[in-house]
Amino acid sequence: MSLSPDDVKRIARLARIETSDAEAQATQAQLNSIFDLIATMQAVDTAGIAPMAHAQEVYQRLRDDAVTETDRHAAFQAVAPAVENGLYLVPKVIE
Amino acid sequence: MPERSLSALAAQLAGKQISSRELAQTYLDRIASLNPSINAFITVDPEKTLLEAAAADTLIAAGQAGPLTGVPIAHKDIFCTDGWLTTCGSKMLHNFVAPYDAHVIQRFKAAGMPSLGKTNMDEFAMGSSNETSYFGAVKNPWNIAYVPGGSSGGAAACVAARMAPAATGTDTGGSIRQPAALCGITGLKPTYGLVSRYGMIAFASSLDQAGPMALSAEDCALLLNVMTGFDSRDSTSLEREKEDYARDLNQPLAGLRVGLPREFFAEGLSNDVATAVETAVAELKKLGATTVEISLANSKLAIPVYYVLAPAEASSNLSRFDGVRYGYRAPDYANLDDMYCKTRAQGFGAEVKRRIMIGAYVLSHGYYDAYYLQAQKIRRLIADDFAEAFKTCDVILGPTAPGTAFKLGEKSDDPVEMYLNDLYTIPANLAGLPGMSLPCGFDAKGLPIGLQLVGNYFSEAKMLNVAHQYQRATDWHSRQPEGLK
Amino acid sequence: MKWETVIGLEVHTQLATKSKIFSGSSTAFGAAPNTQASAVDIALPGVLPVLNRGAVECAIKFGLAIGANLNRVNVFDRKNYFYPDLPKGYQISQLAKPIVEGGALKIVVGDTERTINLTRAHMEEDAGKSLHEDFHGMTGIDLNRAGTPLLEIVSEPEMRSSAEAVAYARALHTLVTWIGICDGNMQEGSFRVDANVSVRPVGQAEFGTRREIKNLNSFRFLQQAIDYEVRWQIETLEDGGRIEQATVLFDPDIGETRMMRSKEDAHDYRYFPDPDLLPVKLDEAWIEAVRAALPELPAAMQARFQNDYGVSAYDAAVLTGSRALADYFEAAAKACGQGKLAANWVMGELSAALNRAELDIAASPVSAAQLGTLIARIQDGTLSGKLAKQVFEGLWEGAGEVDAIIEARGLKQMSDSGELEKIIDDVLAANPKSVEEFRSGKDKAFNALVGQVMKASRGKANPAQVNDLLKTRLQN
Ligand SMILES: [Mg+2]
Ligand SMILES: [Zn+2]
Repeated sequence: MSLSPDDVKRIARLARIETSDAEAQATQAQLNSIFDLIATMQAVDTAGIAPMAHAQEVYQRLRDDAVTETDRHAAFQAVAPAVENGLYLVPKVIE
Repeated sequence: MPERSLSALAAQLAGKQISSRELAQTYLDRIASLNPSINAFITVDPEKTLLEAAAADTLIAAGQAGPLTGVPIAHKDIFCTDGWLTTCGSKMLHNFVAPYDAHVIQRFKAAGMPSLGKTNMDEFAMGSSNETSYFGAVKNPWNIAYVPGGSSGGAAACVAARMAPAATGTDTGGSIRQPAALCGITGLKPTYGLVSRYGMIAFASSLDQAGPMALSAEDCALLLNVMTGFDSRDSTSLEREKEDYARDLNQPLAGLRVGLPREFFAEGLSNDVATAVETAVAELKKLGATTVEISLANSKLAIPVYYVLAPAEASSNLSRFDGVRYGYRAPDYANLDDMYCKTRAQGFGAEVKRRIMIGAYVLSHGYYDAYYLQAQKIRRLIADDFAEAFKTCDVILGPTAPGTAFKLGEKSDDPVEMYLNDLYTIPANLAGLPGMSLPCGFDAKGLPIGLQLVGNYFSEAKMLNVAHQYQRATDWHSRQPEGLK
Repeated sequence: MKWETVIGLEVHTQLATKSKIFSGSSTAFGAAPNTQASAVDIALPGVLPVLNRGAVECAIKFGLAIGANLNRVNVFDRKNYFYPDLPKGYQISQLAKPIVEGGALKIVVGDTERTINLTRAHMEEDAGKSLHEDFHGMTGIDLNRAGTPLLEIVSEPEMRSSAEAVAYARALHTLVTWIGICDGNMQEGSFRVDANVSVRPVGQAEFGTRREIKNLNSFRFLQQAIDYEVRWQIETLEDGGRIEQATVLFDPDIGETRMMRSKEDAHDYRYFPDPDLLPVKLDEAWIEAVRAALPELPAAMQARFQNDYGVSAYDAAVLTGSRALADYFEAAAKACGQGKLAANWVMGELSAALNRAELDIAASPVSAAQLGTLIARIQDGTLSGKLAKQVFEGLWEGAGEVDAIIEARGLKQMSDSGELEKIIDDVLAANPKSVEEFRSGKDKAFNALVGQVMKASRGKANPAQVNDLLKTRLQN
């Protein structure tokens, strides 16, 4: 298994990380050595094994439907890069 | 600085031999003199620390002190701390002053333990050497040309250098145990679900667990008493009766069955480490333990499994860092999409980006079953091996890391080489089991060697008992780095 | 070539909980921007989701109401994509193991009854809102809506016309408001419809390529958008073109759909189970308690209305368009003991008046009891249909109770046959020509005479009685 520069560009795009062609080249080599390591698990026969998603076999606890939060937008927006009239500002979204 | 356990410090505070302010000041002075060379702290704020210490003094004076009230502690910069810069070792959060406290922080505040500051760490806890921090590498107090391990490298180094009597850490694949081993201190990763993850910046949610780092097992037990407990804000927090983790410290070890996984004593393990661990086993036998050989056959797959699951979860967990609501935003961009891509390219370091990309890849269309699902299935096989092993032993013993601390820069160009450092620690995270590391000797270069114990679910008190009895019989844990005194 | 339309709907219903699905923030509509966005909703570093029991209960109610399979263990997944109104960079949703699978909904179009099967319904969180008015060329983000619980309800592609799609959407809207899991407010976005539309030559087994029309927030737009889309797809194919899979938006101003994104730039959502949330277990006792508390459902009520009140399938469907309407009808029907007549009045005079006044049935100035009394007065002969309409107007104006209005306005039907016979005598005397025509076999002349009698009685004569008396007199 080995990743092409196009694969690297594709996943960088999925992850929204700007990657130049030169960076993609360098990353490709490193990712390939990691995927060589990962590939060792492909040989294991896991037929009939249930995937393990959590460390404990427990079920979700449920919260009562009650409003417990108060308005803290001033504190939250004190650390925001750009706000106006209580709104977070981002470059124009085009639909 | 004299060697003082947490209970000794607490006794001095209770006896009014020293005030919490004076004690905090002693540590702040030591931080001021040593941190420039060790770089264990990202944020130190003496004013805040002394205010918290003064509050502790008030509690003590009023007779309202708990067991550790007034004893200071350093917190890994992964815990959101109200009013404190909380960076997670990343440029992405270089300016993030958290507007709330993590559960762990709340617990230590409630216990009256002043914060000495926020410790350095690998960026977003991704690393085994503390070289990926945006705030610079942490140096190993035993030799500043060497790494302290990671990702809780700042925590381990500050405790080892006696800049703090105790510290919090987090462990996703060994991030408490491996730096504890490399810095010669004691650290414990609890059973997954015992310590709330609320307010702890997520790396890999199904593996992350916070724990104590200190000079001894006894200290870790006292800290664990503070940290653990149910929190309704974390869905994976377990509802269990409160227990005293120090209750069994003084139990004799007669009849203890120690499991030695043959896979942990095989190729890849350095001779110095193997010898030290075997000597420790002999010591435990003298204390009445018996040994039994066990097999964790699938643990050789732990690293590949981990490097699928942890990056997958991380790639998603780190999507919130987009420059919209907090943290870094790239200064120049052409449009929204460009803002995302530049913000994340500039805000994250190389290792974080690498893991995000691995994660995005293994979850992407057409690869999910072969990577993610296969890794989750092998995760179960690894957990099943432990379940089988615990039928014949009470605790599993082995090395914490394959070697001792390595030189700064030595492995930073080879991610795979770096990843192999967590070979012995990752299996416990995958299974959700508790694990701890304690000092058991030094290599030829004078660098500390760590011994790992892995216990069954919720057997922290038993592990701490074993570690404490070992530490009563040995003095590895009370050795101090030369030249820093 | 003859074409067949294939439609499947995905409906996002906002669940009527007080707090959000994963946080304790209020879900109330219309608050100032970001004042109902907690640390969890804005995805501060380190925060975690905790599931709202109320949202799960809504989903259970829905599953039971459509006779679906409730997955006793269901799982939340993350759907990963970047968008500024999605604070975590992923939406918590359910993919592989949704809470509800299967189930069906009955629809009536014209005289035809059909059953539409549902694929699934899953819980998920809503996104925030992007406000595009100009902030120096920037977009403003309000995260108050982020984390509002949604139930996404997906149908099988079983509808074959826009009329069926609208009937299904209406039936679904009725059901979710009926069982109280959604306020149904379409203007506020509580019930949003996505339509998957394709066409294929009649007789072809495979589906054509579908295009998805996003976010239709009225039944009228749903109809218009599908009609436009179907025409466009057929024209495109008949012109030798091909349909590409795509997501489109409907512009109500021009009545057309336009491309939002093509399949090529479709997202790779990288779904995986959310490690912060554990599998959700539904225990039997909970399910049974929810079942026991469910109201009688529209389908059951329709069957009962047909049975108990003798109304048609179509009427029963209309009368169960909302719980308030159904309750109103049933109260009126019970009050007068005349189901069919009550149905006619509710669907006729009353509905028309409500429509004119733009009033909801709940706000009707005429109560069900009053309408029942009114119908009873028709039945006992006190009122003719025509007089009844005048009484209804009185009721609508708030002029008092039925009998008082009859009394005050002198609207009582003439029941004294002596008085009526006198009027008939006068009419016959005054219209010898009509009498002559009737006797020479022209039936039409009889109707003219009835009209004259009714007119002379100023509408108060009982038409049936007039008929009888007139016939008797003319035959002698
Ligand atoms: Mg959809
Ligand atoms: Zn949806």
